[in-house]
Amino acid sequence: MNARAELPLHAPGTQVDKGYIGQSVPRENAKRLLQGRGSYIDDLRFPRLAHVVFFRSPHAHARIRKLDLAQAARQPGVIACFDGRAVAEYCTPWIAVLGHLKGIKSAPQHPIAIERACWQGEAVAAIVAESRAQGEDALAHVEAEWEELPALTDMRESLAGKYVIHPDLGDNVCFKRELVTEGFDAAWAKADIVVEESYKFGRHTGVTLEGRAILADYNAADHSLTVYHNTQAPHMMQDIFSRHLGIPEGNVRVVCKDVGGSFGIKVHVYADEMATAAISVMLRRPVKFVADRLESFLTDIHAREHEVTVRLACTKGGDIIGFDLDDLTAIGPYSVYPRTSGIEGNQVVNLTGGPYRHKHYRAKMHVVFTNKNLTCQYRAVGHPIAMALTEAIVDRAAAEIGLDPAEFRRRNLIPDDAYPYSEFPSGIKFERLSHHQCLDKLLALMDYKELRAEQAALRKQGIHRGIGLAAMIEVTNPSPAFYGVGGARISAQDGATLRLEPTGMLTVMCSVTEQGQGTDGIFAQIAASAVGVTLDKVRVITGDTGVTPYGGGTWASRGAGIGGEAVLQAGRALRSNMLDVAAAILSADKAELDIVGNEVVNKLTQEPKLSLAELGRIAYFRPDTLPPKFQSELTVTRHYTPRDYAFTFTNGIQASLVEVDPDTGFVKLLKHWCVEDCGTVINPMLVDEQIRGGVVQGIGAALFEECLYGPDGQLLNGNMADYLVPMCGEMPDIVVAHVETPTKQSALGAKGAGEAGTAGAPGAVMNAINDALAPLGARVTVQPATPERILEALGKV
Amino acid sequence: MEHTLETTITVNGTRVTRRVSARQHLVDFLREELGLTGAHYGCEHGVCGACTVRVDGEIVRGCLMLAVQANGRTVDTIEGLSDSGEIAGLQAAFHRRNALQCGFCTPGMLMAAQDLARTRPDATREEIREHMSGNYCRCTGYHAIVDAVEDALKQSAQTGGKR
Ligand code: FES
Ligand code: FES
Repeated sequence: MNARAELPLHAPGTQVDKGYIGQSVPRENAKRLLQGRGSYIDDLRFPRLAHVVFFRSPHAHARIRKLDLAQAARQPGVIACFDGRAVAEYCTPWIAVLGHLKGIKSAPQHPIAIERACWQGEAVAAIVAESRAQGEDALAHVEAEWEELPALTDMRESLAGKYVIHPDLGDNVCFKRELVTEGFDAAWAKADIVVEESYKFGRHTGVTLEGRAILADYNAADHSLTVYHNTQAPHMMQDIFSRHLGIPEGNVRVVCKDVGGSFGIKVHVYADEMATAAISVMLRRPVKFVADRLESFLTDIHAREHEVTVRLACTKGGDIIGFDLDDLTAIGPYSVYPRTSGIEGNQVVNLTGGPYRHKHYRAKMHVVFTNKNLTCQYRAVGHPIAMALTEAIVDRAAAEIGLDPAEFRRRNLIPDDAYPYSEFPSGIKFERLSHHQCLDKLLALMDYKELRAEQAALRKQGIHRGIGLAAMIEVTNPSPAFYGVGGARISAQDGATLRLEPTGMLTVMCSVTEQGQGTDGIFAQIAASAVGVTLDKVRVITGDTGVTPYGGGTWASRGAGIGGEAVLQAGRALRSNMLDVAAAILSADKAELDIVGNEVVNKLTQEPKLSLAELGRIAYFRPDTLPPKFQSELTVTRHYTPRDYAFTFTNGIQASLVEVDPDTGFVKLLKHWCVEDCGTVINPMLVDEQIRGGVVQGIGAALFEECLYGPDGQLLNGNMADYLVPMCGEMPDIVVAHVETPTKQSALGAKGAGEAGTAGAPGAVMNAINDALAPLGARVTVQPATPERILEALGKV
Repeated sequence: MEHTLETTITVNGTRVTRRVSARQHLVDFLREELGLTGAHYGCEHGVCGACTVRVDGEIVRGCLMLAVQANGRTVDTIEGLSDSGEIAGLQAAFHRRNALQCGFCTPGMLMAAQDLARTRPDATREEIREHMSGNYCRCTGYHAIVDAVEDALKQSAQTGGKR
């Protein structure tokens, strides 16, 4: 079935094509970037620009005995030096909790630490200088004396309360959740088979190639603040700058220029960025902070770091009865504002067992504080953990019963005709998923049978190949149930304004932002299709609170589904208004007119009647020629909020083919496949690229990436030479295919696609490695599965 | 006063002379002194390749070279290669294949790819992957970049290696 045919972008019954939806159109805004003519924050040039650098705690946990900035202040080029107390006069602290995460707690966090630093890298002083180099020179002249406090780095010790990081909170538990379905024990007792395994997921981080950056420009004359910020959520930041700096919301403007990758790293409030904004107010001049790579590793949010034990019960026929989960995760010393650091663990509880039709579930999850860098939402939040542990334990169960992993999944995946599905035991609801279509497509695409035969043949020659599958579900298009209901001022709705220009050009302004996913490109496709113009007539503006409608921005795979729907609705409304104008100009019946290829045409004959440039000319410059009471409305705004479901889930399945060298522990990735269903595919090429990029981030997590800390809380590998990221040479080709099940909640039918790759890849790769190791009697259950860990599993080191 | 040296560099075909601080890196010079912001900083220690520029025809990490070391030499940046049309084929292939997302790695990627086009125009897919392995990209997963470079090499082979 071709879902695109359902898209009523033009009036039914007309023979026009469906426009640009579903076409792999290259992105217009990529051209600038290809010539090195992008405009990232560090590319901006401002008069009187000052640069801020931070003096950061060298200790994981220490009291500041003395902080003397006098010498630093005397260094060449230094404009000012501030400690935490000075900045606190201008910026209030925050506590990151949400009402719907019952019992979540955290301590007040200041832009710059006062009295005590709680992780290595926390800013304790700011130096403002005429150049960054001069600021960094002055850092060496800061005199600090420290009283070291016990550093809590082990999450079990944290949970046990070996030392309480924030004594006022009573213990180190930020958040906990327990859940058990009715009749769990009785159902579990009937199981023929129970498999149990523990998994560890290392801490890793986003490593956006462009560091976090902010340029805050306070204008004392009108008490206004303009912030150039590479954030994913400009309106959220506008609200936060306004409230914490005491500047009326209307006086704060947040502008996002080009953003060099975000992946959730740039959707949070960072203390050093708040300090930068405050310092701009204090100094009444533009101030810039750009995190260098070492600062990024120490202060960009980290993610994951879970230790999980999971059990799966099933019948001997291979039907899953239920899952039993015990998850422990550590988040650093503060919950991150304003989304909180409770969400990832919460997602693990929500999503474990996600693709399957079992009825029983018990879960226990603790989020604890430690003296390491903060963790928070990073691409696919919780999914990589939940999918990997689910898919690993599913493979264990299949092996126990003696069923092929693909067959075991076929038995247990929620049937494609079971929707809407509200029996999932964690309480999440699925509108419509296509697990079986995806599985069938994947097995055909990869030629599963053939690969298995080849694997068996190679094993005889001592070559250890493994095939790993990972089915997945993904949270997309979140409703206000994600943050808004908990009291966070984070918009779940987005808006789009479309304006017909006098020349027949179309300007689109949308509250969803662009960080390279291709947001601007798909909005142009949707707008052009909805209105009836060619793509070259469309210009898109995003990322400016002073210009676009209000909205949430880009996170949780929401841009296409929510922002796209707003653009579509605005486009349809504008088209209707344009036809009103055309009808008035032509003295024709609106119902007989249509807009195709930049022309108003006769709907039946397709005969051109009026160019849009002519329509624009008359509407804007000669409205006197129109009927007396007629007023044209050629700027239209529409908004959209998903409300029928808390989340619009998507689904998919991935497969990984690897070869493991049992002598060295090295894993060679041979190929990767992903079939996923994000509903209406607006631009297949862009969706494929989102999936591929996501898969590689998931591969990084599975094989390479880990923020390693010493027992004293020192980050041991916080640079790009020691922290391994996936590079081109070791990455496989990635085959992507789609099933399209549009959501019925919107006319566009698009669901999110940005996180699916990252959600499923770690599970697929881990299963592939373990499949390769199976004949050798070894399993790795720790990510990243480094050569050393594989050799350990093999008993070789 | 900081120690400065008079430095003359031919940047994208134009000779520029400045008094340059001895410790200033080449990329800082290009970005701060000349406003050529196409070369980016990703790591500042020679690992990511975002700062790649060409000095006397060889690609170098602009974060590992001092501006004064470029005295008397020729430096080409993404802006220059774009204006001269030298990498038009590669850019078109990158665009067609969506071999960039955020674009922050892209100038460095194009520099590295053009180096391959000049030195090994018959490179295989494996060799392309190998050659591009000094440049980090967080967004694309590399597949599309490899596709684009492969396309561009093929295309220029068909047109007789003419740029
Ligand atoms: S900035 Fe030069 S290699 Fe990373
Ligand atoms: S496109 Fe973003 S880093 Fe390569």
